[in-house]
Formats: sequence, C-alpha cells, structure tokens
Amino acid sequence: MLKSTIKRSMIAAGITASMLFTTAAAAEETIKVGILHSLSGTMAISETTLKDTMLMLIDEQNKKGGLLGKKLEAVVVDPASNWPLFAEKARELVQKEKVDAVFGCWTSVSRKSVLPVFEELNSLLFYPVQYEGEESSKNVFYTGAAPNQQAIPAVDYLMNDLGVKRWVLAGTDYVYPRTTNKILEAYLKAKGVAAEDIMINYTPFGHSDWQTIVADIKKFGAAGKKTAVVSTINGDANVPFYKELGNQGVSAEEIPVIAFSVGEEELSGIDTKPLVGHLAAWNYFMSVDAEVNDSFIEAWQAFTKDDKRVSNDPMEAHYIGFNMWVEAVKKAGTTEAGAVQDAIIGVTVPNLSGGFSAMMPNHHVTKPVLIGEIQDDGQFEIVWETSGLVAGDAWSDYLEGSKDIISDWRAPLSCGNYNVKTAKCSGQNME
Amino acid sequence: MTRLLFFITLFFCFVNPLQADTASDFDAALEQLKQKNFALKSDAIKIIAVSGNPQARAVLDAMLNGGLFMRKKEKDLVFAQKQGSNYQLTAILTGEDLGQLKKRKMKKVGINNTLRSELRSALALLSLNNPDPNERLAAVNNMLGAIDTVSAATLRDSLENENDSSVQEVMRLGIALSDISSNDKKVRLQAISVLDGNLYPAAWNSLTHLMEKEQDQAIKDAARQALHSIDVKRQMSGIAETLFFGISLGSVLVLAAIGLAITFGVMGVINMAHGELIMLGAYTTYLVQVILPDSPGTALLLSIPLAFLVSGGVGVLIERGVIRHLYGRPLETLLATFGVSLILQQLVRVVISPQNVPVTNPEWMSGSIEINSVLSLTLNRLYIIAFCLLVFAALFFILKKTSLGLQVRAVAQNRAMARAMGVRSERVDALTFGLGSGIAGIAGVALSQLTNVGPNLGQSYTIDSFMVVVFGGVGNLWGTLVAGMTLGIANKIMEPWAGAVLAKILILVFIILFIQKRPRGLFPQKGRAAEG
Repeated sequence: MLKSTIKRSMIAAGITASMLFTTAAAAEETIKVGILHSLSGTMAISETTLKDTMLMLIDEQNKKGGLLGKKLEAVVVDPASNWPLFAEKARELVQKEKVDAVFGCWTSVSRKSVLPVFEELNSLLFYPVQYEGEESSKNVFYTGAAPNQQAIPAVDYLMNDLGVKRWVLAGTDYVYPRTTNKILEAYLKAKGVAAEDIMINYTPFGHSDWQTIVADIKKFGAAGKKTAVVSTINGDANVPFYKELGNQGVSAEEIPVIAFSVGEEELSGIDTKPLVGHLAAWNYFMSVDAEVNDSFIEAWQAFTKDDKRVSNDPMEAHYIGFNMWVEAVKKAGTTEAGAVQDAIIGVTVPNLSGGFSAMMPNHHVTKPVLIGEIQDDGQFEIVWETSGLVAGDAWSDYLEGSKDIISDWRAPLSCGNYNVKTAKCSGQNME
Repeated sequence: MTRLLFFITLFFCFVNPLQADTASDFDAALEQLKQKNFALKSDAIKIIAVSGNPQARAVLDAMLNGGLFMRKKEKDLVFAQKQGSNYQLTAILTGEDLGQLKKRKMKKVGINNTLRSELRSALALLSLNNPDPNERLAAVNNMLGAIDTVSAATLRDSLENENDSSVQEVMRLGIALSDISSNDKKVRLQAISVLDGNLYPAAWNSLTHLMEKEQDQAIKDAARQALHSIDVKRQMSGIAETLFFGISLGSVLVLAAIGLAITFGVMGVINMAHGELIMLGAYTTYLVQVILPDSPGTALLLSIPLAFLVSGGVGVLIERGVIRHLYGRPLETLLATFGVSLILQQLVRVVISPQNVPVTNPEWMSGSIEINSVLSLTLNRLYIIAFCLLVFAALFFILKKTSLGLQVRAVAQNRAMARAMGVRSERVDALTFGLGSGIAGIAGVALSQLTNVGPNLGQSYTIDSFMVVVFGGVGNLWGTLVAGMTLGIANKIMEPWAGAVLAKILILVFIILFIQKRPRGLFPQKGRAAEG
C-alpha cells in the first residue's frame, strides 16, 4: 500500500516535471504580455473589465496569427488594489515571467508605485486611464486622456456653447482632482473668470452627506449667471451627490454637472433618472456611431457572453495601446524594449470613434474629445466633439513651473522634462 | 438669447392669424426631428409648439421623456413605451397600435439640455391655459427664468383671467421682473414694491442690477430697502436650513449609534462589528426590493422588521458564539469582534457581490417640500428624522416600561444582585445584545436610502457611533440623542467655512478635548454602576 502510494506520487511528480518542461519550452515560442490590474479590493470593480478587455484583444490577435510568427500569451497577476503590491507584481512580471510589455494600473498612485520598477528594468507599461498629467517616462505610454484631452475641452464647451460664467470645481480629496482643479483654475483665470466666480470644494472619499454642499452650489448658482459644476468626484460618492441634486431640485438645465470619472461602467446598475442631462467628457462613448465600434462591442459582448455588457473609455485606451504596441513590434521586428520605444513613436492605429490615433514623441496619444449627456438608459448622447484630434500634453501649459517644460523621447533630446528656457533636462521623474 | 428669440417667435406666431398651413408644417417638423443636428431639432420644436396640432403636446412630451423613437426600417417617428424587454409602439397621428419592437431596431430622438429647457418652455406656454392650477403654476414658474417684455405681456393677458391666488402671485412677480427695467419711474417703483422681500433669486439679482445703474435717488432707496428685507429673510432661511441639515445629519448619527448605546452603553461590550450589523440591515432592504421589484415602498416598510430580525439574529449568534466567552476582557472582545466584522464583510462580498448594490427610493421619499424659494426640505431627510425619533421612542419605551427593560437595567447596574433576585442574566445578555444589533439593522434600512449600499458601508459608521456614545455619556440613551444632534448641527455649522474634511477633523478634536475635561461624557451615569 505504502509502496504503491510512493510509486504513484513519483509518477505524478514525473508528469508534473515533464509538464513544466513543456510549458517552459512553449514559453520560448510565445510572446508574453503582462496584465497588471486589480482583481480584488476596492478597484476591482473597474479594473477587472480591463483585464477581460486585454484577454479579448490578445485572443483576437492570436486568431489573426499572432505576432512575428509567434503566439501571444497573457500573464495575469492580481495586485489587489494594494499600491506597494503593484510594484512587487510588476517586478514579478518583468523579471520572473519575462513579459515583453505590461498593460495595467488604474489609479495614479499605483502608476507612481510601479514607475521606478519599469525604469529600472527598462520594460514597457501601457497606462489606459485619464490622469492629471505632469509626468512623462521613457518606459510608460499614456493612452488615457491628459488634462488637455478631457478637462480643458470640457470647460471650453461649457464656456462657449452653454455660456457658463460661474464655476464650481468639486472633487474628492486626492492627487488627481487637486492637480486637475489647479490646472482648471489657472485656465479659467487666464480666460478672464474672476476669482469670486470660482468655487472649489473637496470632500473625503466615499462622502455621503451632500446636503450642505449641494445647498451651497444652489446658492452659488442663483446669482444670475449661468453656473456649472466641474466634477472630479471619484467613485461611488457620485451616487448620493446626484441623488441630493435631484432631491433639492437642481436640474441639469439650470446647473449642469460635467464629470470626468463617470462612464458607462459606473452608470450600469444604478438608477440613472436623477442623472439625466448631466454631462461627461471622455474620448470615447459606447454610443459612438462608427462601424469599428459596433464590431468591437459585438466582439466584447460575445467574449464576455453577456449582451448587456457595456464598453467604456479606458477599454478603448487599451484597444489603442495594444494595437500600437503590435504595430511597433512588427515595425521593429523584435519585442526588445528599446527598439519598440523607438519604433512606436509616430505609429498610427484606428481608434473606436472612427478615426485614427497616433503615438506622440511625449508618449501620449492623439484622440478626439467627446462630450456626452447622460440618458435614462445609462448611455450617453454625444452633444459635442472636437473638430479634430487633440494631442496629449504631458506638462500643462497653464501651470507655473510646467509650462516651459516639454517632453520628447526621440533622439537626440530623449528627455521627459526638458525645460526650454534653461535648456536643461532635469532627470526623468520630476514631480 | 436663443430663448428670448424663441419667445418672441412664439408670441408672434400666437397672434398671427396668417399661420395657415400648419398641418404640413407639423409633418415637416416631425421629419426634421429625425436629424442628428440639435439646431435643426430645436427649430422643429418651435414649429411643433405653435402648430396648433392636437398631437403637438404629446409629441413634445414624449420627446422630453424619451418616448419618441424612429423605426430604423420604416424610417418614421413613433411613440414607444417600454414593456418588458420590448417597446410598445403607437402611431403619432392616428394613435394606431403598431405592435412591439426591440430597442435595437429603433433610434431614440435624442435631446440635450438646451433642447430640454426649450421643450419645457414650449410645454409651459401650451399649459398656460391648462384647467389645472398646478400645471399653470409650473408653467409660469418655468417662464420666470427668461422673462422679457414679450412674455411679460403674455402673462399680463393671462393674469386677467387667472383666479388662483398663488398663480396670480407668481404672474405678478414675472411682470415685475420685466417692469423693473421699464423707463417709467412709477412703473419701476411699483415693480420694486412687488419684489420687496421676494425670495425668488431673480428678484434679488434684478434689484442689485438696478442698484448699479439707477440714477433716481428715491428709487435707489426703495431698492436698497427691498434688498435689505430680502437679505434678512434669506439669512433667516439660511439659519433654518443649516439647522435642518444639522438635525438630519444628527438623526443619522443617532440612528447608527443608538444600537451601540445599548450593546456598548448598557452592556459595556466594545463591538467593532456594529457597522457590519448596520450593513446587514441595508442589504436586507436590497434583498427585499429584489423580491418585490415593483413596489419599493412596501419593500422598504417590510424590510424594517426583517432587518431587525436578521441583524438581531446575527447579534445573538455573535453574543452566544464569541462575546459570551470574553466578558470582562475588553481588549480581546475588541479584537474578536473586529475579526467578526471582517468575516461579515467578506461574506457579503462572496455571497452577493463586491460591488455596490442599487437600492431604489420609493416615489414618496424623493423630492422636497418647498418652504420658500431659497429653503426647501428634502423629503427623504424628513422621513429619516421622523424615523429616528420613532425608533428612539420605541427603544426608550422598551427599556423603561417593559419587564425585559427592567431586567436589562438590573443586570447592567449590578449583575450579582440581579442574579440573586432570579434574573437569568445570560439570557438577558443575549437578548440585550440582540436588541442592540436589531436596532443597528433598522438603522441600515434608513441608511440604504441615503448612501451607497456596499460591503464597506458599515466601517465609517462604527467609528461615528462610538464617538456619539462616548460623547453622550456611556449608558445613557438621552445622552446619545443629544450628542448625535449636537455633533450633527456643529458639523453643519462648520462645514460651509471649514469644508467637509476639516469640519470632521475639528469635531474629533473637540470631542477629544471634551473627554479630557469630562471623561464620562455629557450625561455621566450616576450611582454604583458608574463607580464599578
């Protein structure tokens, strides 16, 4: 009895060993792509979708014959919404799994956490979420919106099309809203808006008692000038905020709220009645009228086996980023990071709104900017779009200290923060 | 500006008898609504509004409420009403039943905010002759935002036939808003007297506007007087509003803390899972709503006793399973119940969903009561305040007037003596803890109406509850009520100038200082238990 058990376990060990061997052998023939999105914890709600998107894109690429004659292989890890763990998992992906590129991160703090890892190991990260800018790394490609691709056009729309004269900048108290509002405040003042026509308000994460703030907004808006709220309120605090607006009788026609973090995914599953008419600014909406979008949604719903599944802006960013990487690898003929970095600049791929996006020398992409109004079915009616593409600007032109800085990763400059006045490149990671 | 033009066109269309060929205009306008361009749609709305077609109102109404669709195959406009997963279609002109269709086979006639307010204004003008005075009131209110000489003239005409006093009042306000920029001094003075003390925002704005450019001293004085009386009224309303916000925040705090006032206050158990018992109550509301999707009101009422049973039951289990073994060891109780709180959170994540779940407000809880133009009390908050007081009264009654309450108080004051008198202290412990937990569940039902229901709902409320109970004085129900209300009002007084983040910090600092001075809180318990 004992003997046979030993025998059996030996056989099992042998099989496992040989299996390990074959996977190792197979690994040499595949190109590995790392996916670094939280699958548990607070950010799982948003990031799981992006992991599925990447799996679908990789699957589709393999059906098209892979890349450089090899199959692509996805390596999924779970950094569990834990910022230091992001850095550990990134190191694991690059050093242990030897992936050739990583697609991942959502919050700015997670990106800041992995940045040193990618720079140290000289690997590539594609970051798909709108962010506050003021950063440009040789190893990171920012496929989401920079402030000038979301916040600034949104304010322009409100100012020019709706005639807004008074501004409430409301946000959650952390780095993205604070930096964005700093840029917006400087921008509004440059446009001649007086200081007393700007009201700035910060609330803690998950704030639920919006009575006073909504009453203040109402008072602020009753001064006879058209008023709008520019909201960088994050996550689920939005639901009680819009509810309170509805209850206190503030309608979107009187005081519209334009949000930068509310998309289709956030709206699915909540009662959108109090939100109808409020606005959001993105580079993509699921309701975009384009053939490429229709087929993307069809593929996505088939892949997730859910015909009610929505698509959103960060998904499109991954779509663009992944295709750019594929094109760059084809162009360079290798997946080696340095070669891809050089090759990817200038690569142009179709985006989902029917146009094309290009990778700029500052590692940001060109995109159209769309403004949508929330409808009662949780979708957006597109009410405005930029006439052309907007190139992402890493360093804001409206902030003291950043307006003289440019980023250009082409030789001979090869610098993420080159000060045109002092003609100096001040290292890679200037805050 | 577009709105003004719109009113002018509307007005001339009304008085213009030459508007003959309206039927074909109406059809052409319907055709135009199919366009994507919002400016074209806006023109179409104007044409439809003045077409005099009996269906005009229905079309505009359907468009405003998202019930106007274009069939992709037939390329015609229809009314559509959602029925299950399909849409029930009706022909616009004939009212003929067109059967059902999937949403994908149609395209909604989309509108934006500009169109939405144009639609409302158009519907308002169509409603000025409505037999229902409430409709007329809403219509006039809708016109106030963009009053000009033309719409004021329309109002003047309608005022003569108006017999409802509240509608008359708003109409006079509208006329005054236009008259204030008249060239005739007497008319201006007359308008000021109408606007005097009126809280409608446009009244204040047009008066300040007048102050800036008025030459005549007498009129200036009158305007200053009028502004002053508006300011005084505004301040009064402002104070009332802050008080209301404070009381409503206070009642949320009291609701969350009152269960803890029993488990911690009376029994002395540091229950870190208190917030999770609240969360269970909120999830009970969600589950009842899932079972009864069509009647959120009934579901809400039904979930009050159910949440009490669920949370109370879990509470008894926690007491029997964990806390019972740890009486007299507060540190271990703290750690053990913290563990329980994590288990309950994860349980909800695994069984239901890690995402927030939607809990709908019943119709009678949305909206607000308007006291005047600057002060309105939101209904959901009013209900929560009333509910809080009700729960407090019920709990007070149980503790003071029932034999269970008597036993609870006896065990709390002197366990050994109570046992000597024949009180089964173990059973009383379990029931007391169950009662406190059940009340926490009821608080969860109330909170589900105000905030997001998710696995993390309870966390913040545990801390707040301890704060309230400690501040109020451990073991004193009145203390909890007064403390909750005080903290709520103090928070709301500070919030406008300190901001939400700083106000919370200041409150915490205040409580720490207060506890330094009076370690037993606002209402310290007297007697032997206090020394023990």
